[in-house]
Amino acid sequence: MSTLVIKDLHVAIDGKEILKGVNLTINTNEIHAVMGPNGTGKSTLASAIMGHPKYEVTSGSIELDGENVLEMAVDERAKAGLFLGMQYPSEITGVTNADFLRSAINSRREEGDEISLMKFIRELDKKMEFLEMDLDMAQRYLNEGFSGGEKKRNEILQLMMLKPKFAILDEIDSGLDIDALKVVSSGINEMRGEGFGSLIITHYQRLLDYITPDHVHIMMQGRIVKSGGAELAHKLEAEGYEWIKEELGIEDETVGQEA
Amino acid sequence: MTVETKLALTEQDIRSFSEGKQEPTWMTDLRLQAFGELETLSLPKPDKTKIINWNFTEFPTHTVESSVFASLDELPEEVKVLVNAEEQKNIYIQHNNTPAFVSLSEDLKAKGVILTDIYTAMREHSELVQKYFMTDGVKVHEHKLTALHAALLNGGVFVYVPKNVIVEAPIQVIYLHDDQTASLFNHTLLVAEQNSVVTYVENYLSTVDHADGLANIVAEVIAKDNAKVTFGTVDVLAEGFTTYVNRRGVTGRDAVLEWALGMMNDSDTISENTTHLVGDNSEGRVKMVVVGRGKQKQNFTTQVIHWGKQTEGHILKHGVMKDEASSIFNGIGKIEFGATKANAVQESRVLMLSEKARGDANPILLIDEDDVTAGHAASVGRVDPLQLYYLMSRGISQHEAERLVIHGFLAPVVNELPIEGVKKQLTEVIERKVR
Repeated sequence: MSTLVIKDLHVAIDGKEILKGVNLTINTNEIHAVMGPNGTGKSTLASAIMGHPKYEVTSGSIELDGENVLEMAVDERAKAGLFLGMQYPSEITGVTNADFLRSAINSRREEGDEISLMKFIRELDKKMEFLEMDLDMAQRYLNEGFSGGEKKRNEILQLMMLKPKFAILDEIDSGLDIDALKVVSSGINEMRGEGFGSLIITHYQRLLDYITPDHVHIMMQGRIVKSGGAELAHKLEAEGYEWIKEELGIEDETVGQEA
Repeated sequence: MTVETKLALTEQDIRSFSEGKQEPTWMTDLRLQAFGELETLSLPKPDKTKIINWNFTEFPTHTVESSVFASLDELPEEVKVLVNAEEQKNIYIQHNNTPAFVSLSEDLKAKGVILTDIYTAMREHSELVQKYFMTDGVKVHEHKLTALHAALLNGGVFVYVPKNVIVEAPIQVIYLHDDQTASLFNHTLLVAEQNSVVTYVENYLSTVDHADGLANIVAEVIAKDNAKVTFGTVDVLAEGFTTYVNRRGVTGRDAVLEWALGMMNDSDTISENTTHLVGDNSEGRVKMVVVGRGKQKQNFTTQVIHWGKQTEGHILKHGVMKDEASSIFNGIGKIEFGATKANAVQESRVLMLSEKARGDANPILLIDEDDVTAGHAASVGRVDPLQLYYLMSRGISQHEAERLVIHGFLAPVVNELPIEGVKKQLTEVIERKVR
């Protein structure tokens, strides 16, 4: 079992503090959902874990099986077992999806032990079929000209090919129609199991109809203000966020607005 | 201020060189006339690059003697990799200034295709060469460097494709430079008659690290009515050359001329590439990639000039600058009066890999006709940190991520090159230069 431990995490962007002490522990074989209205720091948490260059961790710690993640470069974090499904994946001209994925897989392997081309293609075809992706997309330039839905499927394709220990999925459901949402969810459910944990960031309950989380956390004002089980998501669906704000005495839930 | 032309050669030297090559009288006269005008002609003025102090006239020796190759097996290793000896039947190789190997398939010979060194062409096809040599394309008197080229021409190739002939396999030309003292005044003349199709790729390859000579290179492409010509190059000339390279095309009605230019010189370089879209409904498409490194100074002026109606001109240039290299990218789309329904489009992008590198992309549209369309895009920037972040978030190292982004940036042109060996070479040269 692997464990990702986030302790008292404070993160700033351009000098402005966004996260104000996040505590969260995720084990493999667990799915955590982080929910909350816009502007409460959910995406910042995702970016900080992966090491986005614009986000500065001002205090606190992130450890993966006892290793200090914050000391690792972005690629080292990935090789240690972290994956971030991004809300806005970059487009990279001239680099095909397939070449990119093969480089990513080989970066995890020793020189001389690269994945064979045949094995790679078999695996890629299989996963693309699973995600109902057009096989031509392997030879298209990475995310270039992909629709919003195609980009999200492509993120899940990478997830399935790279098989990380922990996947942080940042609003992987945004911009998806119901069919795409089902496909993306089935991809994540396919990964579910012993060696895999996930942190799913969303502000809609919708995704959680297809992926039942083990734990649900609510973020407001740059902190996790409430945690519970799957039933918490259902309650949010039915009643919205107001009752939490009332319960906690929060007037404006966005970052920078203190109660 | 007049610039002194310190040319060590005399008129008599030129005359005896020409006679030694048994050139027709018209060529001897053309050389001598050009030579006579050197003093009065001035240097070209490439926009935004001052070349007044560049050395275009001093060089150690006019011609060097180099070995010929009896077969492709005798080629140096660096050249061998460019040639697929099994498949490549149409090839000319020049060793410094010496025509060193030529082969053309029997089939093409029978159809009247000509592939030969420029001297042989002038002897055996004098009238044909005279008709096109520095007449419709590059003119002798344009400026000092074109005149110098005409006076001192010491190599080159002639390619002629008769009417209705389709040349399926690419024609490959390799200019091998492995003598530090050599200078290259090469002239490529390619004539594609009506309804013909040809793909041509030339390689300038230095296998010595340093050059003391000059490179003053001209290529002329004449694409007659409804001809389709694809002209690819990979230039890898050594540091030390002062390189002037002028590649120019003229299109007839419905003709298509496509350029794929890999400009990988390590020398200071002034490059001019011009396409005159003369015939109605003709097309010119230019794709160019450049990698600059060290303290290289380069200027790339790419022009498509629309004379005919409904002509289509596209320019796409991608450059990568590292170290202290600097490059100017001038893209000119010119639409003459009367060229109605012409479309001039261009895009220049420069990627800088270091603080001291410089790149300047200047899109220029000159339009003398109302009923046309035109567009341009230009950008100069650095590798996008978010792209690197994205790639690295999948485990790819920063170095490898940068490599992917750079290769991707140059891929649109690399992929255009029609000969696999040359495409691979360009990829490897890029790899070496951006490392």
